[in-house]
Amino acid sequence: MTQNIIVIGAGMASGRALEHLFDAGADVKVTLFNAEPRGNYNRIMLSPVLAGDKTYEEIVTHDADWYEANGVTCRFGERVASVDRAAKTVTAENGDVLPYDKLIFGTGSNPFMIPLPGHDLDGVIAYRDLEDTELMMSMGPQNKVVVIGGGLLGLEAAAGMAARGVDVTVVHIMGHLMERQLDEAAGYLLRKALVDKGITVLCQANSKEILGEDGKVRSLLLDDGTELPCDLLVMAVGIRPNVALAQEAGLAVGKGIHVNDQMLTSDEHILAVGECVEHNGAIFGLVAPLYDQAKVAAQTILGEEATFVQKELSTKLKVTGCDLFSAGDFADGEGREDIVFRDPGRGVYRRLVIEDNVVVGTVMYGDTADSNWFFGLIRDKTDIAEMRDTVIFGPAYQGGAPVDPLAAVAALPRDAEICGCNGICKGTIVDAIEGGATDLTAVKAVTKASASCGTCTGLVEQVLAVTLGDDFVMPAAQSICGCTDLTHEDVRRMIKSQELKSMDAVWQECGWKTRDGCHVCRPALNYYLIADWPLEYLDDPQSRFINERKHANIQKDGTFSVVPRMWGGITTPDELRAIADAADKYDVPTVKVTGGQRIDLLGVKGEDLPAIWADLNDAGMVSGHAYSKGLRTVKTCVGTDHCRFGTQDSTGLGIKLEKALWGSWTPHKLKLGVSGCPRNCAEATCKDIGVVCVDSGFQVGIGGAAGMDVREVERLIDVETEEETILVIKAMTQLYRENAKYLDRIYKWMNKVGLDWIRERIADPSERDALAARFDLSQTVYQKDPWAEHAQKKAAVYRPVANLTLEAAE
Amino acid sequence: MTDWIDIAALDDIPQRGARVVKTRAGCVAVFRTAADEVFALDNACPHKQGPLAEGIVHGSAVTCPLHSWVISLETGLVQGNDEGQVATYPARVEGGRILLDTTFLQARSAA
Repeated sequence: MTQNIIVIGAGMASGRALEHLFDAGADVKVTLFNAEPRGNYNRIMLSPVLAGDKTYEEIVTHDADWYEANGVTCRFGERVASVDRAAKTVTAENGDVLPYDKLIFGTGSNPFMIPLPGHDLDGVIAYRDLEDTELMMSMGPQNKVVVIGGGLLGLEAAAGMAARGVDVTVVHIMGHLMERQLDEAAGYLLRKALVDKGITVLCQANSKEILGEDGKVRSLLLDDGTELPCDLLVMAVGIRPNVALAQEAGLAVGKGIHVNDQMLTSDEHILAVGECVEHNGAIFGLVAPLYDQAKVAAQTILGEEATFVQKELSTKLKVTGCDLFSAGDFADGEGREDIVFRDPGRGVYRRLVIEDNVVVGTVMYGDTADSNWFFGLIRDKTDIAEMRDTVIFGPAYQGGAPVDPLAAVAALPRDAEICGCNGICKGTIVDAIEGGATDLTAVKAVTKASASCGTCTGLVEQVLAVTLGDDFVMPAAQSICGCTDLTHEDVRRMIKSQELKSMDAVWQECGWKTRDGCHVCRPALNYYLIADWPLEYLDDPQSRFINERKHANIQKDGTFSVVPRMWGGITTPDELRAIADAADKYDVPTVKVTGGQRIDLLGVKGEDLPAIWADLNDAGMVSGHAYSKGLRTVKTCVGTDHCRFGTQDSTGLGIKLEKALWGSWTPHKLKLGVSGCPRNCAEATCKDIGVVCVDSGFQVGIGGAAGMDVREVERLIDVETEEETILVIKAMTQLYRENAKYLDRIYKWMNKVGLDWIRERIADPSERDALAARFDLSQTVYQKDPWAEHAQKKAAVYRPVANLTLEAAE
Repeated sequence: MTDWIDIAALDDIPQRGARVVKTRAGCVAVFRTAADEVFALDNACPHKQGPLAEGIVHGSAVTCPLHSWVISLETGLVQGNDEGQVATYPARVEGGRILLDTTFLQARSAA
């Protein structure tokens, strides 16, 4: 049975739906209403018509022959006055009542007109249909036009008229053009291109009033008092779905006409497609989803199963000859990183927004040839970890074989920026190399490239390699020492993956070139083995620097300093008496208070060490590990105990932390601080791990330092309780123990792996607990007082093995 | 002529370690390598008199604990770019005991 179909609106979506129906040979009789006195044309191509590149005839999609061939009754220039859903009829403006089996709403959208005073004057138009376009086409070099709106439509209008010699000013309320599609940098380039074409662009400009004369527009007044004279004012600030008729008919309507996945409205006999539609809260302006909707609507009418699915959208545009592309989500955000490529010479800008090694958004300007490839990365959520170095250069530099970053560097133009800190371009570096700067140090000295933050060092080396060819020897990654070609990272990986549990195993499996290493690699290996195999590996004192072998700090005259632990900097009169007695008994020449809130006994003779330790042990004190690559001190302030500003028991927390962490070995020294309030009297913010107490809990920061480098901590996490603080710090310490290179303080390690990576590990409850558990396991072996052990069992080795002074005297 | 005297058991010194022997003219460091060779040198680095017995022993060399100069146990010569030499004394292992030559040690104290 033939279905009677009435379509309201001859737009691109409804037109495509009709094509699908006719192509499927559907048995339908179609009546098509259109308020515009014409059929379906390609509205997207109005801009080329405006610019004079195309004629209206060239952009018509369905001509009279097409409608006739498909038996469509065209009622163009006629509106539908009302819909009677109960009777399933529509009433035309002239009173005709037409029955339908299926009704399709394709009412499109209305341009939004800002209700400024004077918006109803003659010469104030939108940019929506052929009539608007024709009015703009009537403007010439003698005319001035103001366009309100720096979005796509406004800029196309402006560019089209500028091409006709019209004096055009674009007024945009936001900080940069096309802020929904472009970021600031691309917006800047677009603005520059428009200005080059003679268009005046005013951003952050608020329109106040449209001034007129004899009922006709004369100028636009901005709220800063600027008056912009104009013969025509185009408002292109956005569109709103046209829902009026649907609303009157009692259909469910929100921002647009509500439709389900089958494009059915709240009335099962009525469908809607195109810009008038709201699907799952979204409305649509780009053509691709509208075509998808049209296809689904046709299938629904044909009784086929079909589902409309919203897809990731991209925008590829050309404004006044400038290629633009944007896709996905390119806002800044926590955990997001950018890869940016700029070529100022060619006016090319490319930005990828990366989250978890997946491209989530991109903005491209100037060269959009590879946009589909980038869009594919976003759509497919491709893991780009493997090609991260070269992904920004596009598909030409990716391949099955390992990519060659040198090819990408070779392809860079001379004015491509290499060193962002100092603004050094490739050409400058190449000139320096050709002028005799043939290694990194020389290039750095001559050009300053890579002399600041150093992150471009690799790029500079690649420029060297490309420029010098075979003359350049790319420095290999720094090996641990002369005993091996492997790096610290390589060796750590080997120790873990090959389960190397002894020094000999490492030397053998890693092909050490020396018999038993050296003073550089052995302490590192000893540490790695301790950290990775706490139960299996036995600590080797002979691979430790003297301080860690004899648990005291060697001084320049070969004597030692002795620092007993004072938990959290708290001591007692008895402890102080014991320290004073020890100082007297062993003729300690210097007694000094340390920066870590303890007392340092300097100038103790090596052979006296076990005895002085035994005395201090008797008074209840243990080694302060003031000499170790391990937990040193937890500096505290008095917190709520005494201080009128303290917010938490910082002293108590400091003591708990020190008691949890003491005895642990770490890649480098580990200093903690706990401040009871943000006044930060314990200087917690320049410690390796610092806690600042606040009313709501505890702010844990990492990566502080106050040595050769002075650095403030960066916030790792905020927690509410002491227990969580201790757990987080144990986990953090273990993460550092397991991953950092020997002799890297936390801040150096953090610079390599990134705070975000650390934060993710610590924020994940299961990883955090597992790290803390491994830390606790290691502590079962290593949390013991070395002084007591040495004083009781190893005192002999601190004495001379023989005394020949007597024999010699004979 | 030589006059070997027994100063200690080999096992009194750990492998890749050292102990000192007190003499009237100061301390002599006695080293034991991983291969159980023993060497006796003045316990003072030619650089800043660092106590070599506290250094890390590797191969047949020791690294001074103060500023990481590396000294050959066999010749007493400073390795690498630095220059200098430490006095060495005859030493040997016999029956698990370490023997030093007192003639040399006495010559040292007389010097």
